[in-house]
This record gives sequence, C-alpha cells and structure tokens, in this order.
Amino acid sequence: MTQKILIADDEANIVVSLEYLLQREGYIVSIARNGQEALDAIEREAPDLVLLDVMMPIKTGFEVCASVRANPATAHTRILMLTAKGRDTDLAKGMALGADGYMTKPFATRELVARVAEMLAQERP
Amino acid sequence: MKRVDRRLVAAIAFSGLIMALWLVLMGIVVWSTLNGAERAAVQEVLAGRVALVFAGWALGLALVAGMLHKLHQHYVDAPRRLLEEARVVLAARTPQLLVPRGTREMQALATAVNELAAQRDGLRADMAEQVAQASVHVQQEKDRLAALMAELQQSVVVCNQAGLILLYNQRARQAFRLLSQGPQQADGAELIGIGRSIFAALERQVLAHAFERIHQAVARGDTRPTAQFVTTVAGGQLLRVQVAPVRALQDVPAGVPAAVTGFVLMLDNVTASVAEEAERDQLLHGLTEGSRASLANIQTAVDMLGYADIEAPMRERFLGVVREEVATLGRRVTDLAQRSAQRLKTRWPLEEMRGADVLAAAQRQLGAHCGCPVTLDGVDDALWLKVDSYTLLQALTYLGTRLVDEFEVRFLQLRLARAGAHAQLDLVWVGQAMSNETVMSWELEAMRFGAERTPLTVRDVVERHGGEMWFERERARHQAMFRFLLPLSSVPGEEDPALAASAVASDSRPEYYDFDLFQSREEDSDLEDRPLAELTYTVFDTETTGLNPMGGDAIIQLGAARIVNGKLLRQESFEQLVDPGRSIPAESIPIHGIQQHMVDGQPRIGAVLPVFYAFAQDTVLVAHNAAFDMRFLQLQEEATGIVFRQPVLDTLLLSAVVHPNQESHRLEAIAERLNVTVQGRHTALGDALVTAEIWLRLIPLLAQQGIFTLRQAREAAQKTYYARLKY
Repeated sequence: MTQKILIADDEANIVVSLEYLLQREGYIVSIARNGQEALDAIEREAPDLVLLDVMMPIKTGFEVCASVRANPATAHTRILMLTAKGRDTDLAKGMALGADGYMTKPFATRELVARVAEMLAQERP
Repeated sequence: MKRVDRRLVAAIAFSGLIMALWLVLMGIVVWSTLNGAERAAVQEVLAGRVALVFAGWALGLALVAGMLHKLHQHYVDAPRRLLEEARVVLAARTPQLLVPRGTREMQALATAVNELAAQRDGLRADMAEQVAQASVHVQQEKDRLAALMAELQQSVVVCNQAGLILLYNQRARQAFRLLSQGPQQADGAELIGIGRSIFAALERQVLAHAFERIHQAVARGDTRPTAQFVTTVAGGQLLRVQVAPVRALQDVPAGVPAAVTGFVLMLDNVTASVAEEAERDQLLHGLTEGSRASLANIQTAVDMLGYADIEAPMRERFLGVVREEVATLGRRVTDLAQRSAQRLKTRWPLEEMRGADVLAAAQRQLGAHCGCPVTLDGVDDALWLKVDSYTLLQALTYLGTRLVDEFEVRFLQLRLARAGAHAQLDLVWVGQAMSNETVMSWELEAMRFGAERTPLTVRDVVERHGGEMWFERERARHQAMFRFLLPLSSVPGEEDPALAASAVASDSRPEYYDFDLFQSREEDSDLEDRPLAELTYTVFDTETTGLNPMGGDAIIQLGAARIVNGKLLRQESFEQLVDPGRSIPAESIPIHGIQQHMVDGQPRIGAVLPVFYAFAQDTVLVAHNAAFDMRFLQLQEEATGIVFRQPVLDTLLLSAVVHPNQESHRLEAIAERLNVTVQGRHTALGDALVTAEIWLRLIPLLAQQGIFTLRQAREAAQKTYYARLKY
C-alpha cells in the first residue's frame, strides 16, 4: 500500500522540492501551509508521517505536535520535525512533546529520504 | 496680639471691689453720726451727685489699675521673659547671655545666671576641646576614606540593612543626577542623600532579592558573598549593581559568620554595553537561524537539480528557487548590516548561581505566595546555573500560583538535574491534565501577581535564558510538570583557593572608617510617637507673587533642605525658580528680588512639584507659617495629583509654644532670640535654611516643656493662639 506523507511548512521554496522528492520516491504527498491547516489535514487524511516545520504561522510545530499526541484519533501519527532552530533545547522540547524524529535545516535530501523510509518501516506502538 | 494676663485682670477687679466697699463703709460710718436734719441735708446734696461719686471711684480705680499694670510688668512679666530667656541659655549650644532688666534684684539674678552660664560654657569648651583632640584622629581617618571614595571611578553607595543610605561618593551622585528626570536644580538629591532610602533609586524587590541572597550566602559560610544584577532605572537606563555585605566584626566568636549590618553597592551604567551585546546576539541569531531556512531551501532544490531525468519545467522551477533564495540571503546580509546601527531589544546578562540556592529561594518564594507545601526532590548539588534568578523565580511563582488557583493543586515539588549541556528544572504536581491551549496561554500572558502586572511573560523569561519550557506528563507516576531547560554555568562554581584565603585575611575590619549609623533605626514604631530629634525633616519655604493664594497669587520659587539625625544637610538642598504663569507684581519684587525675566523659561509648578515631592518623601515637612505655604501646595493638588500627606510642623506656632510671652514670632525675631545667623534672607532656600536652624534649636526647648514626640509637638502647636489664624 502506498504511504501518505503530509508536508507542513510555510516556506513554499522548500515545499516544492520536498514534494517533488517524495513523489519521486513513490509516496502520496499533501501540503499544509500553517499549523492549523496541518492539524486539519492530519485529522482528515490520517497521513502515515508528517514532516513538521517548527516556525509556522497560526500554530507552531510544537503546538501541532502536542495537539496531535493529545488526540487519541491522531496520536499514532509519525512526526518528523524539521526546523531552522538549531539549539539543542529546541530538539529536547520537540522530543518531549512527542516527535519521533528531528532534523535541523539545512539537511541533505538523501538523509531525509533515508530517515523517512526508516520511520515508515517501524511498527507503530 | 499678646494675651492679657488673667491675674492682672483679677487684681484690678479686686481693687475696684475693695475701693467700692471702702467708700460704702465710710458712708455708713459718717451716716451713723448724723442727726435727722443733717441726714436729710446730706441726702439732698448727694442725690444729684451720684455720678460724681462714681466718677471719683472710677478715676481712683484707673489710677490703681495703671499702677498694678506697671508693677505687673516689673515684677511678673519681666521675670517671665527672663525665665524664657534663661531657658534659651540653658538649651543653647553656643555661649549666650541674658540682658539684665527689671528690679535691681532681678538684674542681679540675671548677672548670676550669666555667670553660671559662663561657667558652664567654659566647662563645655574644655570638654569640646578634649573631644576635638580625641576625634582629630577619627576625622583624619574619615578624610582619608572620603578622599578614597572621591577618587574612585566607580559609583559607591553604602546603606544599612533597612536600605538607608549612610554614605555615597561624588560619582554616585553624578550617576543619579543623570538618571534624575526632574529639573536640574534638584541635582539628583531627590534620589540619593544621607538617610534616604536606596529603594527610591533602585527597584525595591530586585534589591531586596539581592540582599536576601547575600544573607543566605553568609549563613552558608560563604567567604565572598556578593550578588550582582542589572536593573532598569528611571529614564530607561540599565545599571549593573554589585552588592557586598558590611559585616559586624566586633564580639563575634571565632567560626561564627559575622552578622550583616549593611551593604556596599557598586553601580555601573551599562546601558551602552548591554545594548551593544544584545545587538551582537541579535546579529548572530539572524545570521544563523534566519539563514538556515534559506540554505535548506537552496540545498534541497540543488539536490533535486542533481536528478538526470528531471523535466524542463521542474528544472526551471528549482533554478527559480535557488535564485530567489540567494537573493533573499543577499537582502538579509544587507539588512543586518543596516540594523547593526540601530538599538535592538536588550538582553539582561545572566549570573552564575548554585542550582541548589536557586531552588531553595524558589521553594521559599513559592511557599509564601502559593500557600501550599513545596518540596525539593532530586536536587543535584553540583550544578551551577547561569540565570537571572529574579525573573526566573517570578516565572516559577507565577506558574505555581496559577496551578494552585485554577487547578486546585495541593502541593508542589521542585527538581533539578543535569540534561546534557543544560540543567533541567521541573515544577511538578499531581493532578489533572492540562490542555495545550492552557499551557500556551500561561506561557504567553504577561505575568501578574495579585494586582501587580509585569511586562514579562514566561516565554520572555525562558528566551532571556536561551532555554526552553514545556508541559509534560509522567503517566506512570500520575505526575505533571513544567520542565525548564536552563543554561549551565560554563565555569563550575569552584573557589580559587588563593582568593578565598585573601578574603579570610581581609576579614578583619578596615581601619579607616567607623559608622555608628549602621545600627538600624527603630522603624516599626509609629512616626507620631518617635522622638523629634530622630526624625528626618524637609524644611522648605516658598516665594510667591503675593499673599493671597485664592486671589491668583502663585509660587515663583521653592527652596528646601534636609535634616537627618539632627544634622542640617546643606549640600543636599533643593532650589528651583518657577514660572508662575502670570506677571510678578512690581511691589513684590523688593521683597523676594525675583524679576520677571528670571522666571521666564523656568518650569511650571506642575513640573516642579513631582521633584519636590520625591525630595520630601518619607520626611516630616517643616516651614515657618506653614499654613501659608501649604495652602499654595494644596491648591495644586487637583491639577498635579500630588498630595502632601506627611505631617507638617510650623516653627511659628512652635516658637509661640516655647515662648508664649514674646511679642514677635517673625522669622527674624526668632532667629535673633535663638542666636541664629541670618544669611540670604528672602530667597526660598535662604529662608528654609534659617527655618531649619531655628527648628534644630527649638527641639531641645520643646523637650524642656515635656514635648518629645511628633504627636506632642503637633498637639501643642494646635493649642496655641496663633493656630486660629487661617489663610
């Protein structure tokens, strides 16, 4: 079965590349441009994995992550946080709020693809 | 004006009665010797002359009254005045003599009193000489200290435990003058001065927190207890304040930490350097986090371009992304270069503190504010944090109170552990889950404590530390917590042994000064019941365009000086010309010597009163004929909102209390009576200084009459005759 990935990022210039990349890899890709759109899309489409940017308008990635985990219907969603905030405190907060992985921008696309594949291969608890 | 002695009135009335009785008695005696015909003849003669007899009696009485008045002046008034003057001599600190007057015996008495006074003055001079010799040494030491303080490039203020300033140097005065927002004539004296509270110049809570930390460190046996903080003061300036304790070293058994009797404050204006540092931070931040996103966009797009099979439209799109992001990066660099010239949001420097101390302080503060038990658990004693402890404690207290108030949390726990390169401080409770929205709102709302609001949010505090904060649940233990990640101190708080040794060596008291003022004054007793000699006074005077405050007359000059601990502080004075907003009547100019052009361009009373109010804060006001000056101030209450609620004493009324038998209680007359040299009369400051000298001499004279406290002085003043005068 083809797996669904949601890209939640307000930076159109990275979304275009990520969308192209992940579609090439054979995933079904949808896009959210802010935190609220991301939450709605996760509920509606139940993606297998979310690439979640931290600095987004309306709701930050941290808030989205906490809300997704708090809602039993979406709690199992895999979340990979992507952020330009490079401090280890941000990483610690993201992991504490329930993210499954965390990548700091900029990153090599090969690494991202490998990480996504690895996370999707894991069984959900 | 002067009261007529009742005894004199009684004596005259009594004489009139006796004279009348004598007249009647004589009449009866004569009447009894007359026969019928004679009686009829006398009756006929007298019938038409009753008025003449009465007039004769009245004339006699007037003569007697005149004589009695003369005698009264000679034998009662004169001794009374002599008595009052003798009391002045008794209380005088400088040699002063009685003027012999009245009867020969009285003159002899005055001479004898003068001889006694001379003897006393002689003895006193001897004693003063000896004391002077003994204190030359002390004075030299004080001079040396003063010279040292004056030479220091740093602002230094010494205060006692209660925050009263005991000593400050010229630099400190200059620093506060720059911060003072008032007219320059106040010269910063409304902020800093002997006996003033340091809390008028620096925020009370922040400073009290530093004092508290020093007490803790001393109790722990720390050999170098200091505290440091940065605070904003009037005018938005940033001051770095280093606080060190002054310790009592007399009679302290070995091994026991000496009690803290006061604090030395060293002040630095760091506004410029902090702004610079914050700007560097901001630039760095912009260059790293801001550019990361662009770099990520470029890198991803470039990676896509690496695919050989990419279609032409997609290739064009990725190239577009690269071009656009490169342009964005270029703009960012230009923008940063421009912004580097501007002032950016300031960031407070952090200080190093032992983690266990931060938690102990947080425990106390949380316990006091939340009213629930607060425990410590798993506190890593080895951790040193780099924090702004004041705002961090504010944030913890704010969260704690909201938990107790809104989630009915019954007990709180604090934990501290290392988490990688950071310290992890947890505020833990047992209770229901909290929604994400609630956490966000607590984090982003301005912190408030009761009615008090701060401009800061929990997020601001966290960001100031470059840390993070979030809500987390530990399901297994049914616990919830706010977790703070805080920076660890890069230098672990180990003491340099050499430094510690030198601190012990310098623990002996420096030899060049000695402040008795360190004993905290009795602040708790009611102001009204404190001795007059101990109070702090602001003695002031106004010059006005005329004598009628209700008829449009206004203040044109305000002058004031302070009395602290029984000493007139001439160097801490206040003098300010005021633009009255109307013309100065020509006839008043000879009195005060202030011409129209002198007040043009001066501040209006609305700008001067706030500064004077600050100058006079926490003191008793003293003025000569205070009702007049106070009326002018009261008329400004509505416009300025400034109300002088402190007690007011009037030297005119109190002079009348001390010397009820003197003719005049004008300022000059009292000054002459009390041997005060008058200089610069009829400038507001000149008159205020004369009034202050008079007040200092009145205090012992009032004591002779059993008037010791403020309450007694006010009651006595109200009873005097002059109290009925109203403006």
